[in-house]
Parts: sequence; structure tokens; C-alpha cells
Amino acid sequence: MTHEKKQKPKLAVWKFASCDGCQLSILDCEDELLVVAGAVEIAYFPEATRAVVRGPYDVSLVEGSVTTYHDAKRIQQIRANSKFLVTIGACATSGGIQALRNFKNVDDFIRIVYARPSYIETLERSTPIAEHVFVDFELRGCPINKYQLVEVLSAYLHGRKPNTPAYSVCVECKRRGTTCVMVASGTPCLGPVTHAGCGALCPAYHRGCYGCFGPMETPNTASLSAQWQALGVDEEGLVRAFRGFNAYSEAFRKESQAHEHDDD
Amino acid sequence: MSTTTIKVDMLSRVEGEGGLYVKVRNDKVQEVKLKLFEPPRFFEAFLQGRQYTEAPDITARICGICPVAYQMSSIHAMEDALGIKVEGQLRELRRLLYCGEWIESHVLHVYMLHAPDFLGYQDAIQLAKDFPDAVKRGLRMKKIGNEIVTLIGGREIHPINVRVGGFYRVPTKREMLPLKENLEWAREAAIETILWVATLPYPDFEQDYEFVALRHPDEYPFNEGHVVSSKGLDITVQQYEEFFREEHVEHSTALHSVLRGTDNYFVGPLARYNLNFDKLPSHIQKIAQDIGLEPPVQNPFKSIIVRAIETLYAIEEALRIIEQYERPAYPYVETTPHAGMGCGCTEAPRGILYHRYRIDEDGAILDAKITPPTSQNQKTIEKDVWHFVEQALDLPQDQLVWQCEQAVRNYDPCISCSTHYLKLELDRE
Repeated sequence: MTHEKKQKPKLAVWKFASCDGCQLSILDCEDELLVVAGAVEIAYFPEATRAVVRGPYDVSLVEGSVTTYHDAKRIQQIRANSKFLVTIGACATSGGIQALRNFKNVDDFIRIVYARPSYIETLERSTPIAEHVFVDFELRGCPINKYQLVEVLSAYLHGRKPNTPAYSVCVECKRRGTTCVMVASGTPCLGPVTHAGCGALCPAYHRGCYGCFGPMETPNTASLSAQWQALGVDEEGLVRAFRGFNAYSEAFRKESQAHEHDDD
Repeated sequence: MSTTTIKVDMLSRVEGEGGLYVKVRNDKVQEVKLKLFEPPRFFEAFLQGRQYTEAPDITARICGICPVAYQMSSIHAMEDALGIKVEGQLRELRRLLYCGEWIESHVLHVYMLHAPDFLGYQDAIQLAKDFPDAVKRGLRMKKIGNEIVTLIGGREIHPINVRVGGFYRVPTKREMLPLKENLEWAREAAIETILWVATLPYPDFEQDYEFVALRHPDEYPFNEGHVVSSKGLDITVQQYEEFFREEHVEHSTALHSVLRGTDNYFVGPLARYNLNFDKLPSHIQKIAQDIGLEPPVQNPFKSIIVRAIETLYAIEEALRIIEQYERPAYPYVETTPHAGMGCGCTEAPRGILYHRYRIDEDGAILDAKITPPTSQNQKTIEKDVWHFVEQALDLPQDQLVWQCEQAVRNYDPCISCSTHYLKLELDRE
């Protein structure tokens, strides 16, 4: 018993602007959940528990993007209270789908959605956590892959680097033995520029990748755009393709802007 | 004069972030506010200009707990706009996918979010120390729901295989088979779940609600039906906005939804059950009657039992669809855009989810309106807390606070959903 009393690392889960899906991935680890709960002390995770243990925290998982003044201050406190901070998912890592506002005037957006705009407090841009504080590790995906999350936590517990390759979806697709949808059936696919992690899901279901995991390491987006144009995709189509769940990541942002013209 | 304030800064075991504020003076409740402080994400605004084909993938991101519901309501709305109807095995596969989401979401709520309240535990992990078999049973059932969503949808959160007109790829009969054995186990586990939750202690609390749900002539509702209420409403989905309206209130980034101008109403499992009990198979009706759960059930705390019953139904429905499955020749019905407007309303695990879109001749979305279940329940949740507090004032403060939280969790509120986009009525001169 005394051994079990040894201090377990304190884990906290924080939410910013997001859909909840990435933190739900923790509860979706049906086979691993009770083991994980045995290896760490779940100190702050409001979606799962009423109990709150005070910080500082050994590991903080941060879901969501910063979209309000209050949240911009909150992330500073969380950073100060966390030894190791991991962002989970596209919102926390690149600003998420809500970063589409960054390309428009946010006041127009408020007026479209809310009858009384004066009740709404929001920042002009939706920004990733790393734009505000130092991030120790970024886990990609919309949503994250739950097995990668378990990998990140077990790597932390064993003091090693997580194994989450930064190569493209194409590598996973080849490994899975899926026929290339772009070559074989002319289906536009973001796989060549998209970060691995999903297991090349979409091509296995006969559709093109739509970029849930954001840009891979050193993507050649211009070359892929040329290929898409050869397949008949117009400029507007390219803008939409790069403006998905990782629209504000640098590589995808620049590529979408390259195809956007003033009359839009 | 005595003033009591019940304040829950952060509601736990709900999806998304919200708080609760209750003000009591001289044993009378003065004010109840369910505060939803999730930052707005403006889905309805950035959907403008996107292609009609993108709506299922984009709107799924409103909610990681019920992405299938968003995909289903959006594709039905788009198909309504385009005047196409998806029938046969493709319709059955959509129903199967929805069964998976109901199982996964209901079991999550029953075992991990709500049961700990009834038994006095902070969370399911604490619960698992004293009730390991129950929690393990719940986790395994939840996993089976997720397996269905993963097979049909590609992954459990934000499935990739749903499209307007059908699917990108349909499973083979052989791929379906492993699900069957697991579902047969889950059927027994669901019955055990019903009997287990039926023994929980329930506060004596009944209200006169107006329940609202879909109703279909032949089946317990998932994707289609009329919108009906326990007080006589019976309208088509296309008439929804003539009867339901959203209000923007100051303490919330979600909009409150009201029926006929002023009335609050109740959506979700309890509403579906009370309005569609006759559509459940007779042996499930019998189980419900044996535990004394004849409709109308007016005690919202008993929604946990209804979730367990709906879980059993979803498991049996999934088994039926798998047993009768024949792989369709084409995975989807071809669609070509034309200008139009369409609505869709489906039964998310938490209640009806309404979508309406207008698209132009090239298929670009001109405007969108999305009304999630939790914003429809918000007013009813506040009223429940109001009445519940008045009859429970003699409880010690910490117990009263906990029971208020539990009263909110009766609705399995999804705050991520209700906040992140809300409405499109323009208040313009």
C-alpha cells in the first residue's frame, strides 16, 4: 500500500473553444481508461469528475483555441501551473475551424449569429495555444487519434519522446495498401501535404483526404495545388480545401491566400 | 431576511463549460441562471459560401459527442433542398450509424456522467473502485457503440464516411459480422443496466412538461418524422420555425428556444419515450412496465432509466439491421445542386436537432440555421432547478448544490453544442 501512495503525476485537462471531441477521446479509451487512471492522478477534468485537486500539475492537456480576452489570460495561468503542457487537437494546435473568422471581419460574424451583438465578447482571431505560451508537445488531429494520446501519456510516464511521425498521410496510405485515389480515380486528395496520424482513413473509404491533421513537416502545397487544378479544381475550390479544420496553420493559410483574389 | 446563493462555477460531468447560479431569499427562489460561457464559434456564419457537400463534415465539428447527429440533420436538410430521398439499405445504414451514437452517448452518460451522482461518487473512476463490474460493463457497452460508428463512419469522433446522398463506401456483409456477436452480449448487458439503474434512489420530483420529439408512423424515431408534443403539437419539420423561436439572453452565449412565443419545452430521451412508447417492441415495453416506468414519466431524474431503455432498443435495432443487411449496389445517390431551401430534424441522443439551409444554383450555402437540443432544453433546465430548490431548501448546502448539479445533468446538457453556433434570425430594421 505504501508504494501505491507514492506520488502519481497530476494530470489536468483544460478546455478552450472546441467541440469537446479531443477530451472525449480520453473517455473513448475504453480498454485503457482504468489503467491510465491508475497511473496518473486525474486532478482536473471537469467533463469526467466533480473532484478538483489544486495545482501545480505535472501534465496539462489543453483542448481548444483562444478566442476571448479572458481565455488569453487563462492560458497564461495554466502554463504557469503546469510542468508539461500538451495541446490536443486541431483547435489547440492551429486555431481550429473557428479560425475561419481570421479571414473575415468578426463583427459581421457576430451579427449573423446573434441578435444582440453587444452581449458577445470575442477576439478578432482564433489562435493556437502556441501563439500565447510555450507548448511542450503538440498532438494533431480533428479529432486526435486516441492511440496517439495514450502514446504521448505513456512516453511522458517513461521519460521518452512520443513516437508520432510527422510524415504525410501518403506514407500511412501505402502502408495500409490502399490504392491511391488521386492516381487511380482522379479524386482530389490532401494526403500528400497532410500530417499522418489518422491511419489514412479517407482513401480507405474511397474519398480524398481533407486535412484533419494539418500540414506535415515541410509540405509542398503549391505542387499539390497544381495537381488539383489539373484534376479540374478551380481557385475557389482550392481556397475551400485549405480552409478547413487547420485553416490557420501557416502552410495551409499561405496556400489558401495564394488562391484568393480580391473580388472574393 | 436571509439570502442564500447557490453557485456552481464550473459544472462537471457535462459536455462543454457552463455554470449555475441560483438566488434564494426568504425561502423563495428569486433567480436561476444556467450560464453557458463557452466562447462562440460562429458556425452559421462561416458556413456561408461553403459547398452544400461540406455541411456534414463542418457541422460535425460543432460537437465531438454527437457528430453523427449533426451529419444526419445536415444531410437530410440538403436532401430536402435538392428534392431527393435516400431509401432502402442506405437509409438502414444511416439508422445503424445513429444506433451506434445513441449507444455510445447514452452509456457514457448513464455510467460515467450521471450514475455517480445517484450513488454519491465524484466520478466513474471512484465508482469503479466499489462497483468495478458495473463500470467495466458500461465501458464495454460504450465500446460496442463506438465500434458501430467506426465501421460505418470510419472513426468514432467526426466520422468521415457520411455524405449528402449516402456514404463514400458501404461495408460488406462480412465486415458487419463481428458486430453481431458483441451486440448480442450488449443486449444482455443493457437489460442488466436497466435493472441496475432502476434501483437507484430517485428524488420525488415531477413536473408538468410539454415534451417535444419526432414521431414516425412505423418506427421509434431517429432520422424522420413529424415534430409532435405532449400538448397536441403535430407539425412537419418544414413548419418548425413557424412554431419555435430562439431568444438571445445576456448570461449565455447559447440561445434559448421557445415554443409558440413563450413556452419552454422538453426534448431528449424522456420526451421521445413518452411520445413513442407504443413504437418500442412489446418485450421492451414489458421490461419498462415491470420496473414501473409506464409513460408518461414526469420525473426528469428518471431519464437515466429511459437512456438505459433506449440503449437496449438501439442495440436490438442495430442487430436487426445487421441481420437483414444486403450491401447496396451504389454507396450513394448522385446529387446535382440547384437553388433551394431545405430542413432536417433528427433525434440526437439529447433530443431534436434542427438544421435549415438555403443554397444557390451552384450549391453554395447562402445561409444556415442550427438549433441544437440543449438550447431547446435550457429554459426547462432553469425551471427545474427553480422548483427543485424550493422543495429541497432544508438540505445542507453542499448536498443541495450537488443535487442541483444532478438536476442539470438529467438533461445530459451538451454545452459545446448549444453555444457554438445558434441562430440566424437577424434583428435588423
